[in-house]
Amino acid sequence: MKRDPMHFIKPELMPRKVKGPDGVEFEVEPLRDYFCDAPPTVQHGAYLKIVEDFFNWARAQSLWILGFGTGCGAIEMRPLMTPRFDAYRYGIQWRPTARQANLLVISGYLSTKTLKRAIRAYEQMQNPKYVVGLGSCTINGGMYWDSYNTIKCLDQYLPVDLYITGCMPRPEALLQGFEDLKKLIRAGQAEGANRYAENFTWYKANQKQVIHDWDMPDYNW
Amino acid sequence: MAFEWIKIPYALLTLFIVVNYGMLLGALMQKIAARVGRRHGVPIWQNYADLIKNYGLRTSITHGVMFYLGPVFRLSGGVGLLLFVPTIYGSEMFSNLSFAGDLILALYFVFFGTLGMALGAGESGHPHAAIGVSRGLAQVTAAELPFALAVFAVALQYQTLSITDIVAAQQGGVENWTLFTNPLAVAAAMLAFLGSMMRPPFDVVLAPQEIPIGPPTEYHSSYLALMQTNRAIFPIAKIVVYMNLFFGGAATWPVFFLKVFCIYLVSVFVGVVFPRFRVEQSIRWFLVWAVPLGVLAILLV
Amino acid sequence: MHALYDRLKALFPVGEFTEQRSNLAFVTLPGAYLRPALLHLRDREGFTHLVLLTAVDWIEQGQFQLTYLLSNRAENRDIGLRVMLPRLGTVMASIHDLWPTAATYQRELREMFGIDFPDSPGVYEEFILEGWNDIPPYRRDFDTLQYAQDSYAQRPGRETRDPESHMKQQLYPGKG
Repeated sequence: MKRDPMHFIKPELMPRKVKGPDGVEFEVEPLRDYFCDAPPTVQHGAYLKIVEDFFNWARAQSLWILGFGTGCGAIEMRPLMTPRFDAYRYGIQWRPTARQANLLVISGYLSTKTLKRAIRAYEQMQNPKYVVGLGSCTINGGMYWDSYNTIKCLDQYLPVDLYITGCMPRPEALLQGFEDLKKLIRAGQAEGANRYAENFTWYKANQKQVIHDWDMPDYNW
Repeated sequence: MAFEWIKIPYALLTLFIVVNYGMLLGALMQKIAARVGRRHGVPIWQNYADLIKNYGLRTSITHGVMFYLGPVFRLSGGVGLLLFVPTIYGSEMFSNLSFAGDLILALYFVFFGTLGMALGAGESGHPHAAIGVSRGLAQVTAAELPFALAVFAVALQYQTLSITDIVAAQQGGVENWTLFTNPLAVAAAMLAFLGSMMRPPFDVVLAPQEIPIGPPTEYHSSYLALMQTNRAIFPIAKIVVYMNLFFGGAATWPVFFLKVFCIYLVSVFVGVVFPRFRVEQSIRWFLVWAVPLGVLAILLV
Repeated sequence: MHALYDRLKALFPVGEFTEQRSNLAFVTLPGAYLRPALLHLRDREGFTHLVLLTAVDWIEQGQFQLTYLLSNRAENRDIGLRVMLPRLGTVMASIHDLWPTAATYQRELREMFGIDFPDSPGVYEEFILEGWNDIPPYRRDFDTLQYAQDSYAQRPGRETRDPESHMKQQLYPGKG
């Protein structure tokens, strides 16, 4: 039942001729025309160390989480907004768009279908950006260790800064994890975006190994 | 009258004070709203951290020229509004660049930022941004109507278009404030005020839970930081207009801080009590409740 | 439910009858009679709701079992129609015109079991799996563990313990 990779390209992404509103026909190749297909580059911090430290302090104080729950662990993130846990007092906020967020929390198991979306979301975020793997599913598959459609080891596909163990981790554990992430950021060690850029071909090869219907450019901003 | 160059550093000083006050006040209002929900809320310096972080992002992408200009227009809307309105009445230092016809200009600047946002968000090409902007423009237009009516009523009442003269006419005691001399106009304007502060029940345009965050969906890093700066300036600038027109202006900075805080608190107070309106609901609400008040205010003057 | 079974027996060549509860029973019948039986149950007997359409892989018998579970809300009882099909090249007539929801079930069955419903709308589109390139994963001859080990990078050092004996060891050490 092996299929040709072009089989997976959706019709709207196929190269085709389009007639514009002014009656002129022109050719479009969506994968080339609609996306900016440039690989990420390593970004260096500010020239002065003191400035970079200052930026790192601000980054640690203002963690904007992308509101993207990839699995059941997302249910443990919601209580963080409630009066009982109130993550806002630690400078943690949720943003609905990938452009504005700088922390992607992979909350629980990640099926290959969701992995594709998670990669797109991650690549749309701006450097510096952080990834936190939440729960044992992201570490070694957890209870989905023999599942046919969930990945077992998140750091093969995305540069993970921190794992929070548990199945599920309690909101307190999440808060503790975010505090540890802040320490990493302040120490300047949370450079996942640069690791991703450096090992870009390795990450892409791993991603393409599990995502069989790769119908997007290699890098989508 | 020759232009006095010293006004420029004075105006920048006003801007500096207002930016910082706006950042702290914004966080304070968030804290107050959080306390209503029995949360602690953000730290008081949260806005600074967010701003520095956004300026400190290492990459950013653009969607074209208007994408750059959108936040710039927005910020110039806020700054312009602030600079052409006398911040402190009777103070040579902080009367800024106000002149005889500044009321009309202020009205224009209130709208200017939203238009700039529309251009920028349209350029970003994100459907959420386009939907958000059309909703935002519809709502701001509806909210602007009663405000414009109230402003005309006040201008008729005092027979002048200069904000400084309007403030001057209100001096000499609380009973001289427009609030008491023309309560209908103030009521219409305050209802419009709720609509333009982007707080519940009229925050459907920018609410993160709605069409994700509306117009600024695509904005990030420095663009977003510019808009955050505007988020600090614009409410204060708008409140300054209200304070000057309806609440007797402010003769000193402490009075200014107090009055701005109180006027701001009105919208927060309403916001924590009432749930969010949909756009067509809020437009209907403005047309049914606020506009007749404004018309009545004009007729009675 | 026996009365219902007798009425069905008079109309269709129904097979084995299993009564699970007083208000839940299963009836086997040949695939060719499925459609008239469903229509009869829906229009005459008041089983207006299709609860689910699912499949069982009887690999030892070389058969797929399709189960159409119908519900009669007014009388609060359910009946399941079992249809046995050969496992090789399974094709079944679509019932999406009786219940539109059936189209979704049929799409899922084609993807997860490889059972074909030729007339069902959108049945050849991907439903849950994207880019699947192996035999349908719910078939019992699909080795899930083997596939997972071949396809996904594993983190070494994972060990599995029997929960009961492990917790005994943890909580009451030395008590056997």
